[in-house]
Amino acid sequence: MSGELEAIDAPDRVLSDGFVRDVFYIALNCGKILLENGAETYRIEDTMARIADNYGIDNTQVFVTPTVIIFSMNDYALTQTVRIDERANNLEKIDSINNLSRRIAGGLPLRQAIDQLGTIHDTRIFPFWMVVLSGAIIGVSFLMLFEGVTVDIPAAVIAGAGGVFIMEGIQRYTKIKFFTEFFAAVFIAMAAILYAEYGPGQMLDTIVISSVMPLVPGVLITNAIREMIRGHLLAGVIKGAEAALTAIAIGAGVALVYMLL
Amino acid sequence: MIIVFQLIFSFLASAGFGILFNAPRRALVNCGLTGAAGWILYYFLREGGTDLILAAYTGAIGLTVMAIFFSRWMKMPIIIFITCGIIPLVPGGTAYDTMRHVVMKEYTLAQVYAFEVMLTAGAIALGIISAEMAYQVYQTIRGKVKRNEV
Repeated sequence: MSGELEAIDAPDRVLSDGFVRDVFYIALNCGKILLENGAETYRIEDTMARIADNYGIDNTQVFVTPTVIIFSMNDYALTQTVRIDERANNLEKIDSINNLSRRIAGGLPLRQAIDQLGTIHDTRIFPFWMVVLSGAIIGVSFLMLFEGVTVDIPAAVIAGAGGVFIMEGIQRYTKIKFFTEFFAAVFIAMAAILYAEYGPGQMLDTIVISSVMPLVPGVLITNAIREMIRGHLLAGVIKGAEAALTAIAIGAGVALVYMLL
Repeated sequence: MIIVFQLIFSFLASAGFGILFNAPRRALVNCGLTGAAGWILYYFLREGGTDLILAAYTGAIGLTVMAIFFSRWMKMPIIIFITCGIIPLVPGGTAYDTMRHVVMKEYTLAQVYAFEVMLTAGAIALGIISAEMAYQVYQTIRGKVKRNEV
């Protein structure tokens, strides 16, 4: 808090060393899972501090950016830094952590909380074919919202599904997101151009824009600005840079095909 | 007719992103509804001649109100509904347009798009935060009133 002096209290002797370390473990890993799956940084800091608080440990400090978590329990001289290399959007896990944190607030014993944390780590995900199908659905939906013509629907289906397929497919082999997005964009542009040139396609630009929708960083840009308005300037800048990089990858992929064909 | 058409496709787009973002299954329909609510507000304002930025701001407020309602009702974090709900509004297409013009060396056109992206995204972000803040203030006031009565 501004204006207040930071207190350095003596550790609470009632709590055993093992207990404090377990609380630390839970809070830190909840924060890690939240960050890896796309939660906002201010909410992560809030959740971690509150979990520690619920187990009777106050005077904690949390600092979260999209790439690192620094968490300390000042009274116990415990600090850990965790690097986060990969971030994705997995709302199911965020929901599970939220439930866990809610139950901890309701008085869940420490042992059970640790057990639950282990089961959260492997939550179910949608089957791959459904994810690819969602790419097609998104493509067609945006084609219609952007006032495209019904003749172009097959192109949006193929390009949308193919783009998601390539992105999710390559992502299992390489960690560099730039290239997966680039190749997905190349495929989308090729499919759209081939359909428009040699098929019945009419509105090339509309097809491309609606099919790249699953890849473009619109949500990322908006979240970057939200973080900044909330006062997390560093997180906002990092997310903004990530969004710009994604947009460059997609723009370059499409432009390359436009130039070649 | 046109309303139903717009509602269906904005619903599908948001729910589709719900699958892509691995939203909890029981929240998928609500994710779609949130997106449809934001889009329909935006769409009518745009049709009525409102400015793009103001329409995006209002749409974001509308979808956040919906998201707050769903998150209270289903006891789920609000981010699930907001992330999927803002999908039809976010300037993803414009961001892509910006970078396409940059790599094609059409810098002047790219600038126009870039500012549009920033303003639209800013308006949406501000809309979400406005609605959340209003809800927080409402909760605080309601809590105080209750405590006084007891």
